[in-house]
Amino acid sequence: MQTKHWRINMSDKPEKFIDENGLRLDGRRINEIRPMKMEIGVLSRADGSCYLEWGNNKVLAAVYGPRELHPRRLQKADSALIRYRYNMAAFSVEDRIRPGPNRRSIEISKVSREAFEPVVLTHLYPGAVIDVFAEVLQADAGTRTAAINAASLALADAGIPMKGLISACAVGKVDGQLVLDLNKPEDNYGDADIPMAMTSDGEITLLQMDGDITQEEFKKAIEMCKDGCHEILAIQQETLRNKFSKLEDVEISDDKENNDVSALVESELVSSEEDETSEDLASIEKGEMEDDVKDAETEDEVESVEEQEDSFQDVDEEDIPDDNGEDVPEDDEETV
Amino acid sequence: MSNESMSILKKDYIYNLMLKGKREDGRTFDEIRNIDIRTNVIDKAEGSAWIKLGDTEILVGVKVQVGTPFPDSAGEGVIITSMELNPIASPDFEAGPPKENAIEMARVADRGIRESGAIDLSKLCITEGEEVWMVFIDIHVLNNCGNIQDAASLGAIAALLTSTVPGGREGRGEDMPMPIRDMPVAITLVDIGGEMMLDPGLDEETACDTRITIISNQDGSISGMQKSGDGALTEEQLLKAVSLACQKASELREAHLLNI
Repeated sequence: MQTKHWRINMSDKPEKFIDENGLRLDGRRINEIRPMKMEIGVLSRADGSCYLEWGNNKVLAAVYGPRELHPRRLQKADSALIRYRYNMAAFSVEDRIRPGPNRRSIEISKVSREAFEPVVLTHLYPGAVIDVFAEVLQADAGTRTAAINAASLALADAGIPMKGLISACAVGKVDGQLVLDLNKPEDNYGDADIPMAMTSDGEITLLQMDGDITQEEFKKAIEMCKDGCHEILAIQQETLRNKFSKLEDVEISDDKENNDVSALVESELVSSEEDETSEDLASIEKGEMEDDVKDAETEDEVESVEEQEDSFQDVDEEDIPDDNGEDVPEDDEETV
Repeated sequence: MSNESMSILKKDYIYNLMLKGKREDGRTFDEIRNIDIRTNVIDKAEGSAWIKLGDTEILVGVKVQVGTPFPDSAGEGVIITSMELNPIASPDFEAGPPKENAIEMARVADRGIRESGAIDLSKLCITEGEEVWMVFIDIHVLNNCGNIQDAASLGAIAALLTSTVPGGREGRGEDMPMPIRDMPVAITLVDIGGEMMLDPGLDEETACDTRITIISNQDGSISGMQKSGDGALTEEQLLKAVSLACQKASELREAHLLNI
C-alpha cells in the first residue's frame, strides 16, 4: 500500500493471481504465509535485536533501552516513552528511494509504535525511553508487518517487560478472493490490503486498510489474519526458545559448584516454575514462554550471564550477510 | 491520545458519563454533531469547502495545475493531499512542518479519495506520459474541537465536488467539472471504556486510548481504515464500529453531499 514509487507498469499485472488448483503466483495456498525465519541477538551493541526474513523481505530490528530520555521535556512522569523508527534502506527497493524519513515512513512509525503501546509495560520505567529501530534492508511487500514481527522479538530479546508478543500479518484481496500475506504482485495490483497486528489473545493493535472490500469480507479477513498471526507467534516463540534454551544447556553442563553465575540463573528460572522438576530443562523453557512478563525478567538475568560466558557467544553471532543468499526459497523468485 | 493535556479528573468524568450512557455534550453514543458545509468560498481555488462539524472548523481548498505524470501511471492524473494543523486552531498546535498526527490524518483522507476511485484519474490525462492534471487538496484546520479526521475527509470530497479543471485558463482545452465517480465518507469512533462513540469531541478524543476511522463508499463497501492511538480493539468492537460507520456514512452522504 502507498507504494507508488515501487510500482512497475500496470502492464505487468498478472492475468490471474490464483490458478485453477487454488495456488497463488508463488505456489502458496490462499491461507498460507511466506516462509519466515527469525534470529535474535544479532547485534552486539543493541540491548535486543532481531533479524527476520519473510519471503524476500529482510528486516533488522533493534531495541535500545530503557534508557534516559533527552531532551528532558519529552520525558513522561509516569511511564516510559516508546519511540519507533521504521526506515527503509535506499537500496531496498527496485528504484532507489531517497534516504531518511518520508510521509509514508512517518505514518508507519506512528501506527507501529501504537501497536506496541498496549503490551509494553511502560509504567515500570518512568522518565525513560525505549527506542525501537526497524530497518528494512530488502522490501518485498508487507514490510510494516515484517518490521513489527521483528521488533516484537527485539523487545523480548532486550528483556523489556511485556504482557505478550505482538504478531502482524496482512490480508488482501485478489481475483475477488481474500488471501493471507500478500506477495509483491498481489500488493501492487490487488484490490485491497489490510495489515493488522495482534496480541496473542487476538486483540487488534494495528489496523490499516485500503482498497475495496465489503463488511462480510472484512469479517472474514480478521479471522484469516488471526490464523496467520497465530502461526507467526509460534515461530516467534520458537525463536526465543532456541536462543534461551541453548543458554541453559551450556549453563548447567558447566561446573555447577564453582560457577555461581549459572547457579543464579538456574535458581531464578526454577523459582519461576510451579513444579519441582529443577533439572528438567524442558519445563524451564516452557515456563519462560508461558508468561512473557516473567520471561522478560528472567531474560535480564540471562543477558548478564551471557556477557561473562564466552562459550556460547557464538551461538547467536551468525553474520547477517551470510544468511542472505542461501535462505531465500526458490519459488520466491517468481514473485519479484 | 491527542497532544492535548487533560486532568485525570476530567478523564474520570468522561468515563463515568459513559457508564451512565451519556456524553459530555448530551449526545447519544452514535450521534454526530451538527454539520454545516459551505462550498466555493474561495474564488481563487478551483474548488473549496468550509466545514463545520460541531465547533470544529476546517477549510479545504483544491488547486488544479498542469504537471508531469508519475512514470508508472503515465495516463493518469495525480492527487496530492496535505494537511496543516494551523496554530490558529488550537493552543496545542505549533507552527512548522507537519508532524506525524497531521501526516497520518492527511494520508487517511488521501486514502479515502484515492482508494475509492472517487476521482476518475484517467480523465485527468492531457497527453499520455507528458502532461496530466495534478489535483492538490489542501486541508486547513481552523478550529480544533475534535474529530478533525472526519471533517477533513468530508471537506475534501465536498471541495472536489465543486471543483473545475481549468482547461481554459491553462490553455489546455475547455474547463470541465472534476470527474467524480464516488463519494467516500470517513466516520471516526473512539473507544471510551469499551464503548464505541461516534464523532468524538475534543475531550473524548483526548481521553480515549483508541480511535478508529472507517471510510466507506456509496455502494456500502469499505475503501479505507485506520486504527490510531495507544490501545487495542477487540474483534467485536471492530465489527460493530464498521457496520455503524457504514450506516452513518450513507446517512451523512444523503444529507450533505448529494445536494452539492
